[in-house]
Amino acid sequence: MPSVTYNGSDRPALRATRLSKAYGELTAVDDVSFTVKRGEIVGLLGPNGAGKTTTINMVLGVLAASTGGVEIDGIDISKQRARALARANFAAVYAALPGNLTVIENLRFFGLLYGIDSLRHRVEEMLQEFDLVHLRHTKCGLLSSGEQTRSALAKALLNKPQLLLLDEPTASLDPSAAQLIRAKIKTQATRDRCGILWTSHNMTEVESVCDRVLFLSRGKVLLEGNPRTLPQEHGSATLEDLFIRVAREPLAAAAEVHP
Amino acid sequence: MKLRPIAGIVLRQYYLMRGSPVRLFPMVTWVAIDIVLWGFITRYLNSVSGGGMDFVPTLLGAVLLWDFCTRIMQGVSTAFLEDVWSRNFLNLFASPLSVSEYIAGLVITSVVTSSIGLVVMLLLATGIFHLQFFSMGLPLIAFLMVLFMFGIALGIFGSAMVLRLGPASEWLLWPLPALLSPFAAVFYPLHVLPHWMQWVSHALPPAYVFEGMRALLAGRPFPGGLLLQGSAAAVFELLLAAYFYGRVYDQAVRTGLLARYSAESVA
Repeated sequence: MPSVTYNGSDRPALRATRLSKAYGELTAVDDVSFTVKRGEIVGLLGPNGAGKTTTINMVLGVLAASTGGVEIDGIDISKQRARALARANFAAVYAALPGNLTVIENLRFFGLLYGIDSLRHRVEEMLQEFDLVHLRHTKCGLLSSGEQTRSALAKALLNKPQLLLLDEPTASLDPSAAQLIRAKIKTQATRDRCGILWTSHNMTEVESVCDRVLFLSRGKVLLEGNPRTLPQEHGSATLEDLFIRVAREPLAAAAEVHP
Repeated sequence: MKLRPIAGIVLRQYYLMRGSPVRLFPMVTWVAIDIVLWGFITRYLNSVSGGGMDFVPTLLGAVLLWDFCTRIMQGVSTAFLEDVWSRNFLNLFASPLSVSEYIAGLVITSVVTSSIGLVVMLLLATGIFHLQFFSMGLPLIAFLMVLFMFGIALGIFGSAMVLRLGPASEWLLWPLPALLSPFAAVFYPLHVLPHWMQWVSHALPPAYVFEGMRALLAGRPFPGGLLLQGSAAAVFELLLAAYFYGRVYDQAVRTGLLARYSAESVA
């Protein structure tokens, strides 16, 4: 892989280099390389078990890669874990905020973990931004799905991350709530130049939100490109059709893409 | 280590207790029951022993110290289990929080919670049963420190065990102090134990503490050797437990166990 030198704001929010994860004979992620630029929203797509969550876990440092490396804002996570993770954050449906703390308690708690300056002020900003002011003293376990997602996003943006990882952020939300969340996340990318890695099974959402998508299947990146032009480039009517084709016939699709 | 992440861990435990004061109940109830129960036993023993021996400092003092050690251990493990129960590992360890900062936060939480228990025990033991706990002076503080370090070590070891074996293994954690208590020679001198049990006792810092306390109560000179041996064993076991936790954590990151802890229940 050619080495690229970045400086200042050109530095990508995330650079994953030849990432692999093997569990014995099973290779969950196989030699995956990609970057997420500042201000860019990249969709990480693929069928269940394709390796999306494994990739995200390696980026977050909660799963060690078998080979390869991850740099967040140019900082190698294996060498300077705390510095790198202070520049990232995440929200995932399977990692809800502790339900026995209120919204404001959770934000203060995570704010301290991320070492945020002027925490009180920042927490108030997030409560306003995600329309959580009236829920500040409600325990997170008692919130609706939409309110829990908003709280998780408020936590994920507390530290003004350069890299935001979102694992199915709109799953279980009604269309109206999902649209509001998408709009907030897009604003985050454009206004604060935050690089976003987004996984979703909703192809309409991916088309409307993502600047670029990576199709993962059986741990490998099979396709990469603009979600609005990619289907036509590969002979499919829609992104969903392309997804289904890649999911069902990953090896054939790979051969077609990389003959 | 940075202070703010440590403060975050402590603050979370404070919020949990403030939000659900019932969490304070086990901190004071069991120790109070122990003191009252053993207090009356010692009173009865004093009445039937013909005045030859005062059981209050030997038995009630031993109960108080052993409970203190147990509460320290449980303080660390309960704070850890709160994160297991709320499936919070992914949120915690995907943040800049380091393992050492996390453990430091658990230890500080435990110091606070076990101190509450200690105060309750002292009030009851002194007020009702006239235990002169601090009459032994400075050696008592030194022995308390040994028990404190051992309690922390045991709590860290137990937490590592749960991290390694999964949430269901918390049931292995609670009986740990009870399993060790016969070897710790809390209520009897070490020499009454069979030879093989004495070998195990020599690895346990509390055994040195309780031997030393009995020596002091019997009016013998300050048992500096026992304090030194107990302290050395406690420091060694504390370092060993921290090392063990670090290894288990590294393995959990390598195998994906840490990530799965939040995503699913590990049987």
